[in-house]
Amino acid sequence: MEEKYIKHRYEPILPSKDEWPVVKLARERKEFVSRVSASAQDKILTLTGKNPDILKEELETTLYREKLRIKQNPWVVDPDDEGDFWGKVKAALLQINSETKLNRSKRLEAYKEILERITNRYSEEIASNFNHQHYKFTRSVVTYGFSRLLNAARVKGFKSIFSNQYTLQDKIQITGETDQLRDLATKGTIVMVPTHFSNLDSILIGWIISVLGLPPFIYGAGLNLFNISIFAYFMNALGAYKVDRRKKNLMYLETLKTYSKEAIQFGCHSLFFPGGTRSRSGMIESKLKLGLLSTAIEAQRTNYQNDINDISGKIFIVPVTINYHFVLEAPSLIKDYLSITGQERYYKENDEFSNSYKISKFLVKFFTKGSDISVSVGKAMDVLGNYVDEHGDSLDKYGRKIDPRDYFISNNQITVDQQREEEYTNMLGKRIVEEFHKINRVFSSHLVAFTAFELIKQRNNKLDLFDLIRLPEEEIFLPYQEFKEACEMVYERILALKAEGKINIAPHMKRSMDEIISHGLDNVGMYHAKRPLIKNRQGDIVTEDMSLLYFYHNRLHGYGLEKLF
Amino acid sequence: MALKNSSKSSTIGVVGVGSFGTAIANMLAEKSKVMVYARKPEVVDEINTQSSAHGKALHASIQGTFDPETLCKECNILFFMVPSSGFQEVARKFAPFLHPYHLVIHGTKGLCLNLPEGQTLDTVKKIKRSQILTMSEVIQQETVAVRVGCLAGPNLARELSKGQPAATVIASKYNEVIMEGQRLLRSDKFQVYGNSDIIGVELSGVLKNIIAIASGALAGLGLGENARGLLISRGMVEMAHLSNALGGSLKSVIGLAGIGDLVATCNSVDSRNFTVGYRLAKGESLTEIQASMEEVAEGVNTVKIIKGFLEAADLRAPITENLYRVLFEDLEIEEALQFLMKYPFNVDVDFV
Repeated sequence: MEEKYIKHRYEPILPSKDEWPVVKLARERKEFVSRVSASAQDKILTLTGKNPDILKEELETTLYREKLRIKQNPWVVDPDDEGDFWGKVKAALLQINSETKLNRSKRLEAYKEILERITNRYSEEIASNFNHQHYKFTRSVVTYGFSRLLNAARVKGFKSIFSNQYTLQDKIQITGETDQLRDLATKGTIVMVPTHFSNLDSILIGWIISVLGLPPFIYGAGLNLFNISIFAYFMNALGAYKVDRRKKNLMYLETLKTYSKEAIQFGCHSLFFPGGTRSRSGMIESKLKLGLLSTAIEAQRTNYQNDINDISGKIFIVPVTINYHFVLEAPSLIKDYLSITGQERYYKENDEFSNSYKISKFLVKFFTKGSDISVSVGKAMDVLGNYVDEHGDSLDKYGRKIDPRDYFISNNQITVDQQREEEYTNMLGKRIVEEFHKINRVFSSHLVAFTAFELIKQRNNKLDLFDLIRLPEEEIFLPYQEFKEACEMVYERILALKAEGKINIAPHMKRSMDEIISHGLDNVGMYHAKRPLIKNRQGDIVTEDMSLLYFYHNRLHGYGLEKLF
Repeated sequence: MALKNSSKSSTIGVVGVGSFGTAIANMLAEKSKVMVYARKPEVVDEINTQSSAHGKALHASIQGTFDPETLCKECNILFFMVPSSGFQEVARKFAPFLHPYHLVIHGTKGLCLNLPEGQTLDTVKKIKRSQILTMSEVIQQETVAVRVGCLAGPNLARELSKGQPAATVIASKYNEVIMEGQRLLRSDKFQVYGNSDIIGVELSGVLKNIIAIASGALAGLGLGENARGLLISRGMVEMAHLSNALGGSLKSVIGLAGIGDLVATCNSVDSRNFTVGYRLAKGESLTEIQASMEEVAEGVNTVKIIKGFLEAADLRAPITENLYRVLFEDLEIEEALQFLMKYPFNVDVDFV
């Protein structure tokens, strides 16, 4: 009973690009940016209680941090006039401070003027540069280029370059609630929240969105990605707006959130990686960054406040998991994870996607050798995490229709309650994590990595994680029979979980255990110089890199499977 | 903030007319219009015609209904005042009529179980945390209400109905719920504190019932205040550890809902849990006691559940364990006491 993957290309839901929200947004870019800036200012003024002294302090903090950042952590993408701009801000602040005659309201006016300059700059900086021509070009490069590579690799002979036997969709399988997603995208606004393991994810998701016939989504991409020219091009083409993780000041964060909120209200389908950054440990995200998520809730409430109560103003959250056998950046990710476990401290971004050459090399490898990726689209939810039906109506767990508007009502009217919305955001975050676990698809490689690591852990049960990872690899081997039995045990538990709807499995997991194991061993982290798991000449299972094994093992973390050992 | 505008929002619903439910309904009725829900039509009739429930006087303005839908339509704020044994059923009954705009505050100091089909408290040996539900968790599991709060603290119904001064804690993750609770209940004689650790507050109220039974037993044995002081302090330590293991914060245990309620209940013959312990020590059996009590002593059920949890979590809680043996395994109270006196653990405070 093999499941059917989506192989055909969907018709676009909005045939004319002029109807695409992201194109509309690009057309109105200028007005939109100033709207974002203005409402960010309002928000910051409310937060500072319109008190000139508090506002002054925030401005000074921002100035100080920005100066420090420019000095200590400059990036290629940073505009040249940065030093200049902040120099002027400093001068303006000094001038206001020196003018002792100014009364309270005059001072507030003066500070507001500086605030305006800053939010204007930030909103301009964040705003995306979507260009339809670039988008079309990128999409065809990705699809065409990839499928050429693929066919060259799989079908022998010179003519194969032009063969269309294999398409990208043989490599990347899309499953799940795709029809619902397409349908709701024509009615309301979608916020897609995928898991994040690799820098490739953004491009992958961008491609998926276009295969499904959806107009491009906007999303926040780490500004660091714009350092790499090939990525910068792709990102801009896909409608990305820029998120600079170095800037942690109030002004920036508020402008960023306002941008996201306004874009959702505008009707732009959006994409958040709710983990905030790639999962360092290889685990499915369990703690989400709630900042951007809260903008979805805020946008929904604002739509209700503006009396947009029908489906056109409704926001749908769609969780998506991306499953890999292989994550290119795994070695550096897990190294990061291990070095920061237990304490959060700043570390330098350093990954294997550091230049275009390496990425191209990976892509060639990926398409010539074959390592499948599957993308599962989860059921759509409202911003409170309730499932929605085919009309987009929210349902409670008994299938009764409920109105999400009611969540924002006290004493019969819609109220703005920041603290309440914070709690709602927590709730939504929890629901997304739950859904991630449900739609996650177990691959053979996840199973073998998980089982092997747990067996090794069981044998050395006196050691903590760090000692375990430092075990000399040449001393570790697992007899095949023992390994197979353990795999069967885990597999059975996974099937039981699947029956309860708590996890999903890939079709290749329906073969015999020997086949699953050999498929898993072939695929787990297949392009790493040191393989996390292989079978040696004696037929025993051995590892070449414990920390990588740990990374791939983590994919099945959070299901209580470790209790089997 | 929105103004109190329509008549709809100003009616407050109370579900359940036990002694605590009645006391709270009366307090609410001093400021607001109140509608109470009772399951039995004859009780509703008594409320509407004689302004009393089970013989306890109710404020004259209070109306009664046995229809959950009416109550949910009339009221935006509901107080659930039913024993834990019937709580899940009541929540399910109300679920079809509750909406996300409803604020639900409960005053039940007990636990429910979430066991697989066909299993009961008597068939399972071990109980995991995920199978234990506090009342706020029941409400969130069974209904769409999310703005949930709980009422806990030293609130012996009899003293409240006499109008003696007292205080309570309203715990909720939502400031809004705390503020509404304060607005509705606060008076010259009734102080209302807020706490955001709802699980910790619920657990404090729940766990203190165990200690209250033990305290009653000491009193029944005719032991003095030294013994009681000892029990309250050791009980406090046990509560802190258990609450922590179940997901509550330590702060709430030292608060009004924890130590405040503990001291009140451990000294009061008005407390049902205290009475159970007292009568046990006087030689009655648990079955006899329960048969002759009008309302449920939550502590008995709590002891059972916590015992199951201790097994699953591999924890020790000497007072709870020995009380379990007294209640369900026919251990003599004197023996249990001996056991506790010889318990090797002798560090005074190890949780702060």
